[in-house]
Amino acid sequence: MTSISDENGAGHPLLEATGLTKIFGSLKACDGIDLTIGTGEIHALLGENGAGKSTLVKMLFGALQPTSGEIGWKGKAVAVANPAMARSLGIGMVFQHFSLFDALTAAENIALSLDEKTDLNTIAAKARDIGRTYGLPVDPDALVGDLSVGERQRIEIIRCLLQNPDLIILDEPTSVLTPQEADLLFVTLERLKSEGKSILYISHRLEEVRRLCDRATVLRHGKVVGQCDPRQETAGSLARMMVGSDIHVIERRPNAAPATQSALIEVNGLSQKPRGPFSVSLHDIRLAVNPGEILGIAGVAGNGQGELFEAISGEVLQERPDIVRIRGRDTGRSGISARRRLGAAFVPEERLGHGAVPNMSLTDNLLLSRYATDGKVFLGGGLLRLLQQSSLALAAKRIVAQMDVRKSAENPDASALSGGNLQKFLIGRELDRNPAVLVVNQPTWGVDAGAAAHIRQALVDLARSGSAVIVISQDLDELFEISDRIAAMVHGRLSQSVPIEAMNMERVGLMMGGADTASAHASTGAA
Amino acid sequence: MGMFEAILLTVATAATPLLIAAMGELVVERSGVLNLGVEGMMIMGAVAGFGVAQLTGSAWLGMFAAILAGAAFSLLFGFLTLTLVTNQVATGLALTLLGLGASAMIGESFVGLPGVRMQSLNIPVLTDLPVVGKFLFGQDPIFYMSILLTIGVTWFLFRTRAGLTLRAVGDNHTSAHALGVRVIRVRYLAVMFGGACAGLAGAQLSLVYVPQWVENMTSGRGWIALALVVFASWRPWRILAGAYLFGAVTIGQLHAQALGIGIPSQFMSSLPYLATIIVLVLISRNKRLTLMNTPTSLGKPFVPDR
Repeated sequence: MTSISDENGAGHPLLEATGLTKIFGSLKACDGIDLTIGTGEIHALLGENGAGKSTLVKMLFGALQPTSGEIGWKGKAVAVANPAMARSLGIGMVFQHFSLFDALTAAENIALSLDEKTDLNTIAAKARDIGRTYGLPVDPDALVGDLSVGERQRIEIIRCLLQNPDLIILDEPTSVLTPQEADLLFVTLERLKSEGKSILYISHRLEEVRRLCDRATVLRHGKVVGQCDPRQETAGSLARMMVGSDIHVIERRPNAAPATQSALIEVNGLSQKPRGPFSVSLHDIRLAVNPGEILGIAGVAGNGQGELFEAISGEVLQERPDIVRIRGRDTGRSGISARRRLGAAFVPEERLGHGAVPNMSLTDNLLLSRYATDGKVFLGGGLLRLLQQSSLALAAKRIVAQMDVRKSAENPDASALSGGNLQKFLIGRELDRNPAVLVVNQPTWGVDAGAAAHIRQALVDLARSGSAVIVISQDLDELFEISDRIAAMVHGRLSQSVPIEAMNMERVGLMMGGADTASAHASTGAA
Repeated sequence: MGMFEAILLTVATAATPLLIAAMGELVVERSGVLNLGVEGMMIMGAVAGFGVAQLTGSAWLGMFAAILAGAAFSLLFGFLTLTLVTNQVATGLALTLLGLGASAMIGESFVGLPGVRMQSLNIPVLTDLPVVGKFLFGQDPIFYMSILLTIGVTWFLFRTRAGLTLRAVGDNHTSAHALGVRVIRVRYLAVMFGGACAGLAGAQLSLVYVPQWVENMTSGRGWIALALVVFASWRPWRILAGAYLFGAVTIGQLHAQALGIGIPSQFMSSLPYLATIIVLVLISRNKRLTLMNTPTSLGKPFVPDR
């Protein structure tokens, strides 16, 4: 690898960061990080959530200022004051949470990051050109709010390429793509590499890092803990470097419940018009989950998963009661509390603001989802329905112990917990009731590997104790790990489900792209 | 001058201050800032305009003073909400209350004084055209400014790079910041533009509409301008339509009351508000288009992480 960087004239690497440190309050997000990237190199930056990857690249891109440390660019020390300066140096970035504007067109979005006063028509033409060259088709006149996540990412990449950068930073680019879309992206990246551009590739998907990257730097708790050639490593050895210990392997006992039992939750012909300008319509969705079973629902974000969740949880009522059936009862027109009383439990995707009230304590948040079902325990004083703080505290303590929630105070506000710990608490809050039906949307999104394993094990254990579980997730590895059957959502339609034994990555990818519906129908009669 | 021609002129005079103030607030809100202090900035403009015109004898100097007063007053709002990140709704309300009080104090000695009226521009020959001659070619300068302002704001927002940046800031300030846009600076400029427009609207009241100083003479026009922006779904030409509709119904119901139509006057007085709201609600029935034009980060404070 060093031979490549030596070609860069004076023998300097393209980028050389030394001792980069960023301190937020008392937290050292990055602690003396050294990073070298050569010309024409795809360099992976690995680490768990909170390891300091995002902070590091934000400093390289000028969005954050380092507390100390130096950045060398093409052999010269530079202070990257802001993103505009990073761009003029030749550093481009594609953000994880896209920095696009929904209400503007693709061309307008691209124009915003170009400094020169090019008019929109020229930009549209250039964007089409670049799109053609790199296999990234876009419609410059389309409103970004109407586009799929994959299309949005294309716009981000084109926007980045139009600035003709020497270094492109990609932050978790494949987390929102189908396997096939990801393959297309890799082709583009290889092509860029062959043109002598360097890529800093942030990911926690180890298989693709092994496949794509020339070198890897591994971060843990804000420090560099290792450098390696990922192609010489296994996914397991990379994971050990990231986490610092072995990852818990999910234990799956065979489903003990008799298959003849009737479904605990059914959705029968759910169709729904879009409820907002950027929401998705649902078309004739049917599913049924038996006791002891986990149904995994795969799909690229924005294909109707959120809408399906709202329909099942009762946030949006249906026209007919029989569209959603919980434990044999028609609940399509019943509210959330009624469905909870039947033994159903729901964990939404957005933790803060939907799953929990950020500025309320854990016990208050506990009561908010449980007052309808467990009012007898948590509320006293007859009609006054006073809060029983002692029984709430007891239940919270039980959940914290059960789910291994790490917290800094006795009863902190929900917003004071890290994402992974809050998610463990929210899932534990529902599991504590031993629900007959659990529906959870993106259970481990943004959760570190250790906590994710804990959550997945808890879901598997719940199902094996006789409950029906629906897991909506974008993380295919997760679905393969815990599901008994997998279905995919695309454009508001749900495919037939396929038993896990008959499933593989390629097939789920095709289903997520909407291509495999026919064969799914043919191969599995039962859904 | 015929009856119709006279009515047309009074409609324009009633609509102009609403149009100007709303156009300024449109730019502010498109940048993601909600300034509820329009009424306060307007009355500060009115008192400054009247005072300077009275002292110097020049309506033009009065007008410039009004613009400066509005912009300066809005700077106070900008400093509080953008730099100190106070709540925009509360700060805007406070600005209105402060403006009403401060203008009453400043204007105490102006009460009853004769004002200076801004002269109409009379373009020879063209003014004598039948019906529309006086309307199109014989009005006060602020009327022409209001029309130029509408064209200018439309062009700026949808045809220039700076306008695109402003809309981007209003749509998603986090993304704009990540792209290197100086969000706070854009918002300061937008807020000051809004203040300048509100000041000009105030000057129209005290230099053209009724050239004198009366305490609280804006009488809620700032609030109507604010409502117009929302009901016009943040689009300039709809604001123009809304402002003129409001003006037309206001003048129309005055004439109807003068003719002694047997409808309670309270109802007639509420007609302009009712008619404007109904019409603007009807034309903004396309929810998708409305949401598309609604600045998503409206009213949300922005603190860049450094």
